[in-house]
Amino acid sequence: MFSRRDFLQVGMATSAIYGASGFGSFSKLAAQQKLSQDDLLRFDTYGNVSLIHITDIHAQLKPIYFREPEINLGVGSALGQVPHITGANFRKMYGIDDGSRSHYALTHNDFSALAREYGRVGGLDRVATVVKSIRADRPDAILLDGGDTWHGSYTCHHTQGQDMVNVMNALNTEAMTFHWEFTLGSDRVHEIIDTLPFPALGQNIFDAEWDEPAEYFKPYTFFERGGSKIAVIGQAFPYMPIANPSWMFPEYSFGIRDENMQAMVDEVRGLGADLVVVLSHNGFDVDKKMASIVTGIDIILSGHTHDALPEPVLVNDTVIVASGSNGKFVSRIDLDVRNGQMMGFKHKLIPIFSDVITPDPDMAALIDGERAPYIDQLSEVIGQSESLLYRRGNFNGTWDDLICQALIEEREADISMSPGVRWGPSILPGQDITREDIWNVTSMSYGKVYRTEMTGEFIHIILEDVADNLFNPDPYYQQGGDMVRIGGMGYRIDINKPQGERITDLTLLKTGEKIDPYKNYVVAGWASINEGTEGPQVWDLVENYIRRNGIVKVNPNNSVQVIGA
Amino acid sequence: MEVTRRDTMVIGGAAALTTILPSLSSAAIPVNELIMGVTGGADAATSGIDLTAPEIAENGNTVPISVDAPGAVVITIMAAGNPLPGVAKFKFGDGAAAQAATTRIRLAGTQDVVAVAEMADGSFAAVSKMVKVTIGGCGG
Repeated sequence: MFSRRDFLQVGMATSAIYGASGFGSFSKLAAQQKLSQDDLLRFDTYGNVSLIHITDIHAQLKPIYFREPEINLGVGSALGQVPHITGANFRKMYGIDDGSRSHYALTHNDFSALAREYGRVGGLDRVATVVKSIRADRPDAILLDGGDTWHGSYTCHHTQGQDMVNVMNALNTEAMTFHWEFTLGSDRVHEIIDTLPFPALGQNIFDAEWDEPAEYFKPYTFFERGGSKIAVIGQAFPYMPIANPSWMFPEYSFGIRDENMQAMVDEVRGLGADLVVVLSHNGFDVDKKMASIVTGIDIILSGHTHDALPEPVLVNDTVIVASGSNGKFVSRIDLDVRNGQMMGFKHKLIPIFSDVITPDPDMAALIDGERAPYIDQLSEVIGQSESLLYRRGNFNGTWDDLICQALIEEREADISMSPGVRWGPSILPGQDITREDIWNVTSMSYGKVYRTEMTGEFIHIILEDVADNLFNPDPYYQQGGDMVRIGGMGYRIDINKPQGERITDLTLLKTGEKIDPYKNYVVAGWASINEGTEGPQVWDLVENYIRRNGIVKVNPNNSVQVIGA
Repeated sequence: MEVTRRDTMVIGGAAALTTILPSLSSAAIPVNELIMGVTGGADAATSGIDLTAPEIAENGNTVPISVDAPGAVVITIMAAGNPLPGVAKFKFGDGAAAQAATTRIRLAGTQDVVAVAEMADGSFAAVSKMVKVTIGGCGG
């Protein structure tokens, strides 16, 4: 007699083989012939329920380039575990051929060359084709949006998220949870939620004053599909008021609240749920820990940390699925749900290769309509890049190096700071940089560039504080971003030390001198979480810098020395 | 790091912050010492008391906590890293329907919050939880 756990492990094995063959076959195929949309989407429909997961789109309506991280370090129990495996090790782990499409989609090496060969990724018109294809197999497949949707582009900023709302509604999204959406301000969030045809979920979204569940957000919703009752519980980003400006949404409190998550799981089970799904914006390591504490969750659809994993990760009896970011991937999960249990599953991470998938014409027209009023602004060429520009990675990416240099030059600063966010598409060497491209890596509702003086000691405190949010060995104390990007200053970091001891050898690059804790330095930076920050918008500043230079080039940055990786 | 955070501050995610974070205490009292101070040296059980507190405080000046110890006659709350660690002492009479309490406390930096319950039979139970107070910013 098979136990539930045996079933899951068989399911994992099936998924592993399927995932590997799914990726392997099309990657081998692509070496000899053109990959077809049918090859890419092939999936033998399984069980009686299908979930479609997309997350962290960051308002990328159109196909883009997106380089996955080279440096993604795990500490404590996450050391050497996915998603903290990159490059060749990642390919080896999943049996991905060097130079294949999967190599291009999932790892960073040879990015520029492979991008020229395999083209752009994402585009919500292509995503629409994939969603329609899955619904052709399974008409009642549930599309779930993990959040970070109404943020990240020129048009999203100017429409206050409306372009994304219109597009996601047209995709027939059926539930959603949140993070950057709150940086539109709570009034705008409420205004949009009032119009949404699907529930806004977050069991951990509480009223800040009374510490009670917030009215606007439901903890969970139910779906009756395939003869089963499916509960989807929302988990918003836990550290919203800490990582983003709390003054924009003062009514709300968040947190992980795993006690309440357990209570909600028990409640939906009590109400007859056959399958419990958590739509999460916790980040992958937090989801892993939560799955080890909260019992009774079948599936966690994981977002926030932008990881794309070709196979789910199993923690006890919970299956965790990570679906990437920026519209680059969609996950399909087919489930066999019987007798109040998940008996098995099949999973596929579908890379959205824009030149393989035919755009859905209705969605393409809708997207172009959303962009039409802004098209001249979007498409204006500001300059050109001689270098590959990317952001993802624990420390500086080349996009951030460029922004940090722009901050120093345009604001006459000694040192610059740029937030360690994980969104923002890449630019290939020789590619024009348009205004849209600049906004894709900078747009936000608190983008003003401050110029201030800080003591060396205080700069050190900031680095220690942010480093602990990334490298604390307990994932519940991590916020899920990357290290703050620094221009004009180098440092050494030992990721395995406790807070206060990780950062040493702070050096002012322009003089080569050690940073003096008692001396003041002029610092320019953006994305202050403080109300009333003054200065030019970062996208204007970066545009001025690129326009002034014409062709920009970013030299290799060796100013951060990492120990203990 | 033994640094004072009392001055006007800046950002975590790299921005100017005017919030004042109180000093990070460099002289936190060991959790065990605080517990022993309440129990008079007696050992405390590690089960029978639940403490709910955020992992990372949204605002160190007002951190919501809850404590629940069925059967307790007294629950003592302490903040190991505050200049004055004593926070609250809840006494429950015979008529109390539940031996639980919720309040908000101010934390002077990252530290352990400690709760000790004295049961009706004179035994003790204790629990602690680290609450991080951070500059913030930079969220992915």
